[in-house]
Amino acid sequence: MTRWLANHARALRDALDRLRHPLIPTALSVIVIGSALALPLLLHLAARNLATLSGQLDAEPQLTLFLDTNATETETEAVARLLARHPAASTVRFVTRAEALADLRTSAGLGGSVDDLGRNPLPDAFVVTGREGDPTGLETLRDEAASWRKVEHAQLDALWARKLAATVRVGRVAALLLASLLGIALTAVTFNTIRLQILGRRDEIELSKLIGATDAFIRRPFLYFGLLLGAGGGLAGLGMVALAVATLNRQLSGALLLLGGVGGFSGPAISDAAAVVGVAAGLGWFGAALSVGRHLRRFEPS
Amino acid sequence: MITIDHVSKRYPGGRDALRQVSFTVAKGEMVLLTGHSGAGKTTLLRLVAAIERPTAGTITVGGQNVSRMGNRGIPYLRRNFGLVFQDHKLLHDRSVFENVVLPLRVTGFTAREAASRVRAALDKVGLLARERDNPVTLSGGERQRVCIARAIVHRPAILLADEPTGNLDADNARNIVALLDVFRQVGATILVATHDAEAFSAAAPRVITLSAGAFVA
Ligand SMILES: Nc1ncnc2c1ncn2[C@@H]1O[C@H](COP(=O)(O)OP(=O)(O)OP(=O)(O)O)[C@@H](O)[C@H]1O
Ligand SMILES: [Mg+2]
Repeated sequence: MTRWLANHARALRDALDRLRHPLIPTALSVIVIGSALALPLLLHLAARNLATLSGQLDAEPQLTLFLDTNATETETEAVARLLARHPAASTVRFVTRAEALADLRTSAGLGGSVDDLGRNPLPDAFVVTGREGDPTGLETLRDEAASWRKVEHAQLDALWARKLAATVRVGRVAALLLASLLGIALTAVTFNTIRLQILGRRDEIELSKLIGATDAFIRRPFLYFGLLLGAGGGLAGLGMVALAVATLNRQLSGALLLLGGVGGFSGPAISDAAAVVGVAAGLGWFGAALSVGRHLRRFEPS
Repeated sequence: MITIDHVSKRYPGGRDALRQVSFTVAKGEMVLLTGHSGAGKTTLLRLVAAIERPTAGTITVGGQNVSRMGNRGIPYLRRNFGLVFQDHKLLHDRSVFENVVLPLRVTGFTAREAASRVRAALDKVGLLARERDNPVTLSGGERQRVCIARAIVHRPAILLADEPTGNLDADNARNIVALLDVFRQVGATILVATHDAEAFSAAAPRVITLSAGAFVA
């Protein structure tokens, strides 16, 4: 057991030596792996931030009927009756022009400029939600309501939300695809790095075999090397992403204030970070194992 | 300890390096393999260490059939050997100490135990003062002695030495022969390939002569 531990400790130390010496190729590999990981991670974060955003901004499809500003109470009641009878309408809420103004003043932080208007420019409105499982009902209602008396304008919201949701889905799939592709690239990078290492250490490997080293013994430092290279690349990737997120947030801070309540582009969570480093380390190990398995065979006695 | 039984070796390309060679080496015995250049001495040592496999015949070491041994068993077989190579096979990217310590690393010695054994081995070949030097800075004879230190550092049961005195002057050669003889006296089995049987006369070994791959005496 202690011998096993000592063997692994030595292999780890060997691997660290090989990473440090020479340093430049290691640094280059780490940067290549880091950028390969940063790309899908950024895409994944973008998708997640968009999803959060669309969750915060009400994504329930709703139809808003804006009434003519000169509509009388009877005319308004007529519209309300038509809505109450309509099969596509689930809930109907009446928003007076005063409520709409107050809402605008508080939610969008436009208080001062609204007061400057002098008089309320907003109309009364009905806000209608559709029945569940009937996505086209509200569209039919919109087309019909547009011709009702005193309905100035019928607007179906949340189309943008659906588009956003679709974008998020595409973004997630793209991130996954990109991650798989770049995972292969990462494996290839370690594979090749280890291949070069093995070629550079032919004499040592050959001699090790002659003095009774097992394959596991010879393999181990290379595997640790791949593992550390992958993990290093993972950390580099996280660093690049953190830098990108910080830069983005500085650029966005003004714009996000306008949207209200949106806290900015969030970076990778601890679990994301751990997953990235873990997966990168695993792929590094895998690439090394493939390479060592393939290239050590030529040292067998004939 | 070592049995060579009707062993033949034909390298790819059709040259017969060994033809029907048979002899045995007892435990604690020193045997000298002599013969002209190309007679097959190195080939025979490589067969015993399972670096090559015989084309025909059987080699056993300590009762184990080496010629049929699977690849998995070979590393453990080799740990019983100390190998002195005709071309030294020292690694030039590390110090003398780091070269000699390699067989101990393979078998997982602690750093402290390894260090004291390496120094003892270097002391025996008279190179303790050079432990930090790179082998590139050593003379041919000094490299040879480093190679011998590496071969004995793990106190192997069997020493297979290919031209261990090849690059040495008479004094150093005598020292190495004396060292090998001390080894033999504490129970090691020693098989030496050499042109220079004369240098070993002090140890009074049994001499086997090969000619063009065949046993002649
Ligand atoms: N790897 C090889 N492939 C093909 N032929 C080989 C190989 N190694 C040795 N030989 C041939 O086998 C014969 C025996 O070679 P070996 O090295 O065993 O001779 P030796 O007795 O050690 O010679 P020397 O005294 O010069 O070291 C030689 O004719 C040599 O050319
Ligand atoms: Mg030879």
